[in-house]
Amino acid sequence: MKLDVSTKEIVQIRKETVLVMGIIRASKLAFEYIRRDEEGNVEGITRAVDDVDLDVQQGEFIAILGHNGSGKSTLAKHLNAILYPTEGTVLIDGKDTTEEKYLWDIRQTAGMVFQNPDNQIIGQIVEEDVGFGPENLGVPTKEIWERVEESLKAVGMYEYRKYSPNKLSGGQKQRVSIASVIAMHPKCIILDEPTAMLDPSGRKEVIRAVRALNNVEKMTVILITHYMEEVIHADKVLVMDQGKVVMQGTPREIFSNVERLRELRLDVPQITLLAHELKKAGMPLSSGILTREELVRELEHILPKKAQ
Amino acid sequence: MKLIVDHLTYEYNKDTTLAVKALDDVSLVIGQGEMIGLIGHTGSGKSTLVQHLNALLTPDSGTVYFDGEDVFEKDYDRKKLRGKVGLVFQYPEHQLFEETVFQEVCYGPKNMGVSRKQSELSAYAALKQAGVPDECFYQSPFDLSGGQKRRVAIASVLAMKPEILVLDEPTAGLDPKGRYEILTQIRKLKEENNVTVILVSHSMEDVAEYVDRIVVIDHGKIRYDDKPRQVFAHYRELEVMGLAAPQVTYLMHELKEHGFDVDTNVTTIEEAKEVLLGKRM
Repeated sequence: MKLDVSTKEIVQIRKETVLVMGIIRASKLAFEYIRRDEEGNVEGITRAVDDVDLDVQQGEFIAILGHNGSGKSTLAKHLNAILYPTEGTVLIDGKDTTEEKYLWDIRQTAGMVFQNPDNQIIGQIVEEDVGFGPENLGVPTKEIWERVEESLKAVGMYEYRKYSPNKLSGGQKQRVSIASVIAMHPKCIILDEPTAMLDPSGRKEVIRAVRALNNVEKMTVILITHYMEEVIHADKVLVMDQGKVVMQGTPREIFSNVERLRELRLDVPQITLLAHELKKAGMPLSSGILTREELVRELEHILPKKAQ
Repeated sequence: MKLIVDHLTYEYNKDTTLAVKALDDVSLVIGQGEMIGLIGHTGSGKSTLVQHLNALLTPDSGTVYFDGEDVFEKDYDRKKLRGKVGLVFQYPEHQLFEETVFQEVCYGPKNMGVSRKQSELSAYAALKQAGVPDECFYQSPFDLSGGQKRRVAIASVLAMKPEILVLDEPTAGLDPKGRYEILTQIRKLKEENNVTVILVSHSMEDVAEYVDRIVVIDHGKIRYDDKPRQVFAHYRELEVMGLAAPQVTYLMHELKEHGFDVDTNVTTIEEAKEVLLGKRM
């Protein structure tokens, strides 16, 4: 059988399919708010998000960096219709966030986890908290329990299902918050500085859980953070400044620009910085080294080994 | 100035089934002009300890001596103590309330009965010490950026001219540059004004970089009290306590495991750089 389609058309169809599949698409997104003084007079307009285009594919892990006030959180709040664009559009799984009839679909497709572990848990027991979302969506009881179980297992908190949340550590609470979101079966999870208030092992636990969701469950992840070490496993990093996306690329590409990141009030992971400093001092290292393993591997060719 | 923590024990929900020992026989000597990092996982007892230093909590047993005086003695002037041991809580900007930055910072000394003129002078000096730019002085504190708000909150404590400044995670939620600025400012305070600083932190890299001495607390007990290099040499034990060592420390250990003859007692980028460049072929 011979199909009567030209290559050009196939390319066109391919392109469209890819576009349709993009789980998060923002085009020319801008958000402005009006600043007022105490009497309510307009003082000025702040453009918190400015002309942002975003195209996130299902299963991608995207990290967003930017200094305080750069517009990261404002952007994130557009992705599950907490805020609506002043200009441009945001499509979540093809649905426009400004259309009220899609509101619940959108919130279910894109779940959000916030910074403070104490503000997000409402249940008296862990499993009750995780079950709240699906129950609210009208999921049948039997399935609610299945979802609670799978969600808690996905973040490694199943053995704590009967605990009271206030008996948990910060990292455990954040993992329960993540489980509560994934129990609603979202396609995408947005985490706004989920580790800012945690101790080192809490941070590690949360990031491990997030990576597992992305690798195993193929969930789309948007991670906003101030910890540079947390983004080295992302597929793509976006850097924001004054509401605009000013850099984007793989972690390696982004972290190769140590000076530029510093200008943007950011930093690079400690290992990347060390490699950068060594390179500046004349060591033949590649740029954008991200992990200890990579640095050890490269140093093998440079440093002398101990005499055997 | 000398602060002595003497066999402090404190239990929450005492005499109930929910009793938790938050501090268990903690002893510590803090000398003038030291910069100490206090680390421990969430719930290890850091904050409970810190709240004893200016007598916000009363211990079950043991006591705290400030300049040789027992602060839990009945007639001890604890209000004065709270001016001397300044506590900056986590997210201190949530506690801002005055109309202007300057009024905010005047509040502390005024509240302690200092004259208006003196309060204003202290406030001015404190704002300078905390690195708040002049143009912010008459703005509402609520219009400032996160990093600036935090500086104002630190200035409000500095205005009471504390001899010891205790900061509970002063950089949480700030971007890397903001983190660097606040920590550098704190170090400057210590160096120029000889203020004793106790820094509670979850960032091992920051602690390694900025303090001279680290106190590790776990399950209400002090596990280590030593120089950063010595403390981070116990990185395996620290991990069991929910803590870690700076990334560069791990790197040096990994290099050693790979057969390189390197000094593993390294906690900062500068030190690592020096060791590695020295080893170059």
